[in-house]
Amino acid sequence: MSFWKRFARNRGAVLGLVLLLAVIVIALIAPMLYPRGPWPMVQRPFLAPYTVDGLPLGTDTLGRNVAAGLVYGAQVSLLVGLISTVMALLIGVPLGAAAGFYGGWLDEGAMRFTEFFQTIPNFALAIVLVAILEPSLTSITLSIAIVSWPPVARLVRAEVMSVSKREYVDAARLAGLSNLRILVGQVLPNTVSPIIVMASLMVATAILLESSLSFLGLGDPNIMSWGYQIGAARTVIRSAWWLSFFPGLAIVLTVLALNLIGEGLNDALNPHLSRKGRT
Amino acid sequence: MNIAGAVLGRLIKAVLTLLAIAVLNFFLIHAAPGDPAAVLAGEAGAADEQMIADLRAQFGLDQPFYIQLWTYVRNVLTLDLGYSFRQGAPVLELILDRLPATLILTMSAFGISLTCGIMLGVAASARVGKLADSLLTGFALIFYATPLYWAALMAVLVFSVQLGWLPGFGYETVGADYSGFQRVGDILAHLVLPALTLGLFFMAVYMRMTRASMLEVAQQDFVKTARAKGLSPAVIRRRHILRNALLPVVTLAGLQAGQLIGGAVLTETVFAWPGIGRLMFESLAARDYNTILGVFLVSAAMVILFNIVTDIVYRLIDPRIRHSA
Amino acid sequence: MTNPVLSIEHLSIKLPDGADRQFAVDDCSYTLDKGEILCVVGESGSGKSMTANALMGLLPEGVSVGAGRAVFEGKDILRQSEAESQNLRGAKIAMIFQEPMTALNPLMRIGDQISEVFEAHKRHTPSERRKRALDLVREVDLPDPEKIIRAYPFQLSGGQRQRAMIAMALALEPQILIADEPTTALDVTTQAQILKLILDLRKKRDMAVIFITHDFGVVAEIADKVLVMRYGKIVERGTADAVLKNPQHDYTKHLLAAIPSGLVPQNAEVQNSPALEVKALNKVFRTGGGFMKPHREVCAIDNISLSIAKGEVLGLVGESGSGKSTLGRAVVRLVTPDSGQILVGGIDMAALSESELRRARYKVQMVFQDPYASLNPRHKILRALTDGPIAKGVAKEQARSRARELMEIVGLGSDAVDRFPHEFSGGQRQRIGIARALAMDPDLIIADEAVSALDVSIQAQVLDLLRELRSQLNLSILFITHDLRVAAQLCDRIAVMQKGNLVEIGPVSDVFLNPQNDYTQRLLAAVPGGGWDLAKAPLSL
Repeated sequence: MSFWKRFARNRGAVLGLVLLLAVIVIALIAPMLYPRGPWPMVQRPFLAPYTVDGLPLGTDTLGRNVAAGLVYGAQVSLLVGLISTVMALLIGVPLGAAAGFYGGWLDEGAMRFTEFFQTIPNFALAIVLVAILEPSLTSITLSIAIVSWPPVARLVRAEVMSVSKREYVDAARLAGLSNLRILVGQVLPNTVSPIIVMASLMVATAILLESSLSFLGLGDPNIMSWGYQIGAARTVIRSAWWLSFFPGLAIVLTVLALNLIGEGLNDALNPHLSRKGRT
Repeated sequence: MNIAGAVLGRLIKAVLTLLAIAVLNFFLIHAAPGDPAAVLAGEAGAADEQMIADLRAQFGLDQPFYIQLWTYVRNVLTLDLGYSFRQGAPVLELILDRLPATLILTMSAFGISLTCGIMLGVAASARVGKLADSLLTGFALIFYATPLYWAALMAVLVFSVQLGWLPGFGYETVGADYSGFQRVGDILAHLVLPALTLGLFFMAVYMRMTRASMLEVAQQDFVKTARAKGLSPAVIRRRHILRNALLPVVTLAGLQAGQLIGGAVLTETVFAWPGIGRLMFESLAARDYNTILGVFLVSAAMVILFNIVTDIVYRLIDPRIRHSA
Repeated sequence: MTNPVLSIEHLSIKLPDGADRQFAVDDCSYTLDKGEILCVVGESGSGKSMTANALMGLLPEGVSVGAGRAVFEGKDILRQSEAESQNLRGAKIAMIFQEPMTALNPLMRIGDQISEVFEAHKRHTPSERRKRALDLVREVDLPDPEKIIRAYPFQLSGGQRQRAMIAMALALEPQILIADEPTTALDVTTQAQILKLILDLRKKRDMAVIFITHDFGVVAEIADKVLVMRYGKIVERGTADAVLKNPQHDYTKHLLAAIPSGLVPQNAEVQNSPALEVKALNKVFRTGGGFMKPHREVCAIDNISLSIAKGEVLGLVGESGSGKSTLGRAVVRLVTPDSGQILVGGIDMAALSESELRRARYKVQMVFQDPYASLNPRHKILRALTDGPIAKGVAKEQARSRARELMEIVGLGSDAVDRFPHEFSGGQRQRIGIARALAMDPDLIIADEAVSALDVSIQAQVLDLLRELRSQLNLSILFITHDLRVAAQLCDRIAVMQKGNLVEIGPVSDVFLNPQNDYTQRLLAAVPGGGWDLAKAPLSL
């Protein structure tokens, strides 16, 4: 059965894919929808949804269009989620692969290092990093990557160790291939599926982290994000619920979509997972 | 290896980890843009020339780099976390003052999430493929995707603002002057929403893990053995499947400790809960780096302590580790 | 005819839709008498375990009883309620399984797992249960019963765990014991002990046994009656004697012929120059260790010297943990020995540096055990067969045409190079593994349990291929196996290993007919169906 067929059999995953595509499209066409950007004051503050035409989600404390903020926020969420995940993979995959493949002191050292980073409460570290480096898109993305790579390293290490024990890797050694060729050509390609699944879930976690940082006021001051919208509306929750409600819903749907896709990928890429118990 | 030895080993590791975090803190101060002394003083504008000079001397900032590092680490080791000029008190004092509230919040959230998560996970696995299972996993998936702070805000909106059932802000009713049981009841009422909203996400995590783990263990050979003995399905589930299925959940619970404390920063911020998370948030606005780093260090210490506890629990459950070597 | 304990009438068991056939078991009828051992024999996928699972009410998800009855104590036990079948399980009919390592709950003490059987059927008080568990542990001859009762499964060996399983099964004195390949995962000497235990207990308790196995040696050892199954149907039945000595059905004949028979004295003429010389080789494994933990040392190779002549097949036999695989892996330097020499064509493989080794590696190639793990699932066969030669310096085109040629030689056809491993069966993959080894034009091939994972008829085909290649290409082979019969079929000389030591080495006929070492004698005595083998010997020649 093909990959797509297996993926499509998971209805949740298909729903997730549709949701995510919708968010991506919205993020891409944001400048067309609201050419003036999310910042200008368009009406008087605290307008409830649907009270004025053209402002379906109302205005915020400074009279800005909530809907415009929402579509521009999609850009930030996706961008930060994607780039920080790629960065985390760039740290975690080589480290885990080297540790798992070469073993010995390298493994010992790399795993102590990883363990250290896993012990540190990662959100607290992200807060400290962004606070110290001054909030900006770069520092936020970097901080999320720094707190997200340890699980990648552990997963890759475990996968590489398990694949390295297979007999075809021994056969490749006997064929006289160099260690690097074996690692890159024989071992790593067989660890890709679980890494892809993890990466899709990491994008979701990164989006949550980014929004949490922005909520605490650690967002890039020049960029509108969902977390910032909620954070700015926190104190007026009693009078203007919609200011927090809609950005939050956007986060839930985006993260949910990514999680659903992750599960679908897991089903599609690891169809034999259920047989794992029998070796 | 016995439990005492294991604990000792973990304690030594814990101290080393804390030292490493102290070193990390030191480098973070130096990574910040600007003069380290100004960073320590906090960009409060309150730092006058004399104060900066005092700080320079106290932290040996005019000394070579390695001496600065040693001074900083020594200070941390003697529990000197510096002084918060913003709040006009030693950082350690500020933290110790706020720590009990955070402990109450995180422990309740942890207890609720673990208990409910495991129970719901078991329930879902027993009805796998049925409607109840789909509903439970569906809810878990949604909670798993919900930002903590947003769940907290929505809970305030619904249960505090709209329905008026529970207090949505603070640790106890200000000015009520309750004492004894009345005070405990008051604090508990204030605790409900923060603990539940903080626990919700983790409940989803533990439920998913328990369910998956139960289903996986149910496939194992010894479960077939148990059935071949003529045991009832309930006994098999409790005694054979659940106990084995809990092992990965305990491991996960240990790994989640850090997340729990990170989550507390958000929850405390929303509910104005006077814990160290709220302290961190307040210090962020005030750029009080000394306090931020202090809270960071203490939260790491909490995680380490928590990991030692889960390690011991794991040893109690799994004889293979208890008896090894 | 006596009144049977169990009679199965026209039983059919349905497989889920989309399976390779409609019925796992198709219209099977047989009876089981009191005190009788009935062996159900078949290869994997024959449906031999399904009947047993149906009797226990333990059919896997999606599999269900289609038609027929199983009458036990005057009742059809296939049509009873779940509660009734729960009462039956463990009390009247008990079952033991193949994998002793995973069949016990790792978190419960052995004693508790035995007492649990009484608890499940509400017999005795807790203290009485404990006492009885202890008696059972004694009855199955477990050492130090008081201690075993309090032990956890991971503290027991495979054979001990299987004994614990038997103790559990015997707890309520069942009329029928179902044993599903109970010795397949065990070493040959342990297997012999477990078989003897089952025979003794049968006698003592006069219980009926359904023994499911793929091994005709085991059948010869314990069966009273035999059923041979294939594709869900019973193809042959009869007394053990009749089926083994005078099989009627072609499939049974084929299976029996496929069993490597003992004692094929084929001392081939051997040239003297050695393909491999191992001199004073040592390897100690250190495991565990670290912070506050002591190291554990296992001596896997203890000062071993041996040689293989050009064109010779040396069989290296031993039980699990004997170090035979480590020796094989040391020869190809997948394991680096602590000391000693490994001379291949005059070059000491053990002394080569990493880069020298890479260039010299082609000299010794390996055929691996697991057909499903020995080929990279993401690479086509062509790549598996050409990666090595190209790295060695063979021109690409030449390597490719050689690969096609080799696929012809191993009987898969040259087109097979363009396919992926998952398109081949286990036996075919082993052929590809052999082709891969040959592609490097090695001086020596190491076959590490190369046929152990295969069904017996496939095993015979791969052995035939090896024998053919060996005579055509004058191959030198180190043939590592735990199966003495397989070794006897192919090898010129036999080396026996025990706990890292080489205890005996000599021509195959000497080692088998006149073993000098105690351990070799024990090993040979433990081979199931030993006596019957001799009678059968002419059949395979």
